[in-house]
Amino acid sequence: MKPIYFDNNATTAVAPEVLEEMLPYLRDLYGNPSSMHTFGGQLHKKIEEARARVAALLGAESEEIIFTSCGTESDNTAIMSAVESSPEKKHIITSRVEHPAVLNFAKHLARKGYRVTFIPVDSFGRLDMNAFMKALDDNTVVVSIMYANNETGVIFPIQEIGEILRERKILFHTDAVQAVGKIPINVKELPVDMLSLSGHKLHAPKGIGALYVRKGTRFYPYIIGGHQEHSRRAGTENIASIIALGKACELAENLKEEIVYLSRLRDKLEKSLIERCPDVRINGDTEHRLPNTTNISFEYVEGEAILLRLNEYGICASSGSACTSGSLEPSHVLRAMGVPYTAIHGSIRFSLSRYNNESEINKVIETMPSIIKALRTLSPYGRKPLKC
Amino acid sequence: MWDYTSKVKELFLNPKNVGEVENPDAVGEVGSIVCGDALKLTLKIDKETGTITDAKFQTFGCASAIASSTALTEIIKGKTLDDALKVTNQDIAEYLGGLPKEKMHCSVMGREALEAAVANYRGEEKPHEAEERIVCKCFEVSEEKIRKVAIENHLTTVEEVTNFTKAGGGCGSCIPDIEAILKDIWSVKIAPEKPRIPKKLTNLQKIALIQDVLEKEIRPRLQADGGDLELIDVDGNKVSIALRAMCVACPMGGVTIKGIEEKLREIVSKDIVVVEG
Repeated sequence: MKPIYFDNNATTAVAPEVLEEMLPYLRDLYGNPSSMHTFGGQLHKKIEEARARVAALLGAESEEIIFTSCGTESDNTAIMSAVESSPEKKHIITSRVEHPAVLNFAKHLARKGYRVTFIPVDSFGRLDMNAFMKALDDNTVVVSIMYANNETGVIFPIQEIGEILRERKILFHTDAVQAVGKIPINVKELPVDMLSLSGHKLHAPKGIGALYVRKGTRFYPYIIGGHQEHSRRAGTENIASIIALGKACELAENLKEEIVYLSRLRDKLEKSLIERCPDVRINGDTEHRLPNTTNISFEYVEGEAILLRLNEYGICASSGSACTSGSLEPSHVLRAMGVPYTAIHGSIRFSLSRYNNESEINKVIETMPSIIKALRTLSPYGRKPLKC
Repeated sequence: MWDYTSKVKELFLNPKNVGEVENPDAVGEVGSIVCGDALKLTLKIDKETGTITDAKFQTFGCASAIASSTALTEIIKGKTLDDALKVTNQDIAEYLGGLPKEKMHCSVMGREALEAAVANYRGEEKPHEAEERIVCKCFEVSEEKIRKVAIENHLTTVEEVTNFTKAGGGCGSCIPDIEAILKDIWSVKIAPEKPRIPKKLTNLQKIALIQDVLEKEIRPRLQADGGDLELIDVDGNKVSIALRAMCVACPMGGVTIKGIEEKLREIVSKDIVVVEG
């Protein structure tokens, strides 16, 4: 059974065009671009073509793009480079709702003696700008704030934050892993110094990412070794995946239609589920949100149970419940937003991609009410007449 | 994704004994929505025979919590209260063909609900919450519960305790407390006996005495916890042993060896050194 895949913020299908473009480099063209012979050396040009494509999507220049192995590496590299470029400054600012790639790296630096301020969010998942302004001081070395949140899709005011930081000459990194390929980003106008992206969130394969580093920003490599990537990221190039990322970025250049298409499907799903199931709430700021994401809480039921029942119909989604997080604590994002526990445990995220269609949305709309009803019959909570 | 058995999946998708029995004779409620799982158990009890004639549940929780609830109610129906109380969380897990280790707390919750229901029926008061020492504040787990579950399930690591009780799975600040409790439970305790002053022993006598102490005093204790050891060699005062069974992977191995050494020093010779070899 072909899955009905609504978990595109977790990972995406490799686009057929991307797969086709990368395959020759896994089969026949296996050379090392650093080699002196044509067989290997010719690949260098392909890497530069891919770099130009990634740069084009972001409005950047080619030499501002460094290929990495994933979003996490890009995030770690950016923060570490910032920290190393001003060793006398010991204060880092980030938010409470970052991806673990930033959040746990910041905690790691906190254990090493850095002062870290985690900026809170309000009940809509919006950054507390007052707290942010108060946190800034002369000792602040870098601010790392995500472009869009992976769980709720809430988009942060990166432009505004960037302008404030530019004035104060504080380095600004944004983890744009969930934003690149979903909404337009142009670093020519956006005052960020570093920006992370990840291939597998935009229909390239896993194991490839990139870091944008604005020209003139001091940079210290995180992975040290050979001269690859102009000595900014050592390690033999992952040629096939670099080429794949280039192609995926090219495919993402025309987002206008896709945004209209995805938000229409997403809004239909959201509206229908609210109509058909009582005690439902949408988590996050619906005004500033990725077009493909919705985070819906079904109160009094537990997310893993919902997911496993959806799984029976081949429907893939994810949840912020404790049982699915791999730890015993539910989603740190929804907790930071102050979502009540009754709603956190029953939170389900649907994240769409260009490969989803209306009949798949209809399937979820048909299936969900009976699943929620069945699980609420089992639950000791929320005992009242249910329409659902 | 969790590796659930087909039995767990089956009982999650088609749970049995859902709801509340009418006019229940006993009600047991455990867990809370904050913790992420909760179970309400209602029982109908034949007052003459003390037999559970009906059992139903309502569960808020994941697939394994719901399947564990079905398992519990199926197991205890038709049992007398005394027999039902002998049901362990392991029995519930076994009924399901096993649970992922991170999900064992679901089986513990089933067992707790049963205890709560029986206490409710018998009019026993719950231990006053203020009197219990809460070790894990995130999930409100008492020292008593940690001890009980750790002993019943032979838990020797904090990770295991977290899997079975959730304690330590939140902020983590109680992990040293849990470690201390485990150490207290599992270190080989030496009963304060009158020191037997060893006579000058021949080599043969010494080896025989060492074997005797290991056989009669040490191994039964280890075996009670699912562990074991084997005597490999005695070279002068150096006793080489190998830890077996549960002891092999046990992080308390070092403590165990220390305990064995103390015992042998006390009975055989104060110069004994125990090594793992």
